[in-house]
Amino acid sequence: MADRRRVNIPFGPQHPALKEPESFLLTLGGEKILAAGVRLGYNHRGIEKACEERTYIQDLYLVERVCGICSHSHSTCFVQAVEEIAGLQIPKRAVYLRTLIAELERIHSHLLWLGVAGHEVGFDTLLMYTWRDREVVMDLLAALTGNRVNYGMNTIGGVRRDITPEQAGQILTAMDVLEERTRYYIGVVTEETTLINRLSNVGKLSYDDAVHLGAVGPTARASGVDRDVRRDDPYAAYEDVSFKVITDTHCDVYGRAVVRVLELMEAYSIVRQLLKKLPDGPVTVKAPRKIPAGEAVGRYEAPRGENVHYVKANGTDKPERVKVRAPTLANVQVVAHMLKDGYLADMPIVVAAIDPCFSCTDRLIAVAHAEPRPPETLTWDELRTYGIDWYRKRGVDFTHLNRTFGNGAT
Amino acid sequence: MKNPGKMLREVLESLVSKPATIRYPAVTVTMPDKFRGKLDFCAEKCIGCKLCMRDCPTGAITIRKVGDKRFACDIDMAKCIYCAQCVDSCMKKALAITGEFELAQLNRDKLRVTWEACGTPALGRENEPKSTAEAAVPQTPQDAGPETNADPKNDPPPKA
Repeated sequence: MADRRRVNIPFGPQHPALKEPESFLLTLGGEKILAAGVRLGYNHRGIEKACEERTYIQDLYLVERVCGICSHSHSTCFVQAVEEIAGLQIPKRAVYLRTLIAELERIHSHLLWLGVAGHEVGFDTLLMYTWRDREVVMDLLAALTGNRVNYGMNTIGGVRRDITPEQAGQILTAMDVLEERTRYYIGVVTEETTLINRLSNVGKLSYDDAVHLGAVGPTARASGVDRDVRRDDPYAAYEDVSFKVITDTHCDVYGRAVVRVLELMEAYSIVRQLLKKLPDGPVTVKAPRKIPAGEAVGRYEAPRGENVHYVKANGTDKPERVKVRAPTLANVQVVAHMLKDGYLADMPIVVAAIDPCFSCTDRLIAVAHAEPRPPETLTWDELRTYGIDWYRKRGVDFTHLNRTFGNGAT
Repeated sequence: MKNPGKMLREVLESLVSKPATIRYPAVTVTMPDKFRGKLDFCAEKCIGCKLCMRDCPTGAITIRKVGDKRFACDIDMAKCIYCAQCVDSCMKKALAITGEFELAQLNRDKLRVTWEACGTPALGRENEPKSTAEAAVPQTPQDAGPETNADPKNDPPPKA
């Protein structure tokens, strides 16, 4: 007889607390989570394979769509790797503009996260106000790049759009507005007792565990891990600007909130420095369509943590291999650890605290059979019948419903 | 000072301040200059190099040769991701972006837009609906402004 004191609960793939499908299997003892497991694989989109089928220019827009929030992160990471293989020297102004958009993206992502975190703990007022203020930076991004998300700013050999002095002025004005608002949110996060009590000691992750499990980004920095690609392996224009890497020793969700709001202040400072130092000159160099054979890894500190792209070129206009490691993949195992010994009611905020982006994370895992099976080809109808049978064997049968509503042959 | 209700003052102030949202669609919204909306094609400038077709990430654009140095263009707006790479790729600036963004359609056919080649003999056909509901679409480069497309007769209401 099964142990009644231990109950297994599937949390997801479809669950109101999750914004994207993901499966967590929780073992509960009462309200307490005794063990947690994460299963990825509900959002696989085949992006890496699709990249191999397209030219580098087409891939730019594809990798940009790996993530809707950190789209610039992915495209910059990819384009940096490609430029390294091609040995392109990017004009200084283009590098600065890339960094500028990167920091504006970080601002919008962190403000978005603050709102989501507020929402997950039932503090919807915070959600409404942070998202209202986030519109300032979203409008700015739309004006600078041509779109609110998927900016399409990068191209191989530079950036596609230059900024005018008036726009630089607009950015500075917006930074002043946002800085004032962020000071207010820092006040909210550090003084609002309901928020502090709700987030403190939730999703604990010690320094050792953060290092051991390979946490990245604000999740790691909130556990005192002083790690930031922008400083450790400077790319783009980060060498030319000074900024602090924010760390915190709370080691819980509260610490992650503090790290993110303080990082916002650093982002405003970086944007100001960039605009002050913005060199003149062209924003793009001519890039070859065919990239010479070679391989490179792009590293990038996305708002959620370190983003890695590996690109292998074979001398044609299409890459031979593109590998994307989104920050959530590094952090998702950390979630399983953080959930342990916590309460079921803390689950949504613990998951939200890493700022998860599950569809960015999903990659195909090929399971090597001990005995290789011959490949099968199924037509669309055969696949459908196979799916219906698969579920029927497991006791899920919609035949009756289909007959009633008349939408299906079986 | 650590007290609950830190945001209370802000919330109460918002009760008497103007809404942060705009009353779209009652209020029209203009997009920033660089906004990447619907594409525009100028048949006179096109030389048929098809670089746009080659660079389009989704294969949304098709340039057809209809005669001697005359090219027509089909754009599938359902496939278009509005990256405007074709605009960058075009050496003759035959393609341009407009600020038009209200492109939602219930009829998929209306998302397929055709620009006829310039000097097409069937100019008289311009104002009569074509077989594939492409009438909502500008037929000549001169008509290709956003105001033509905003013709309410041809478009279904935005939210049906």
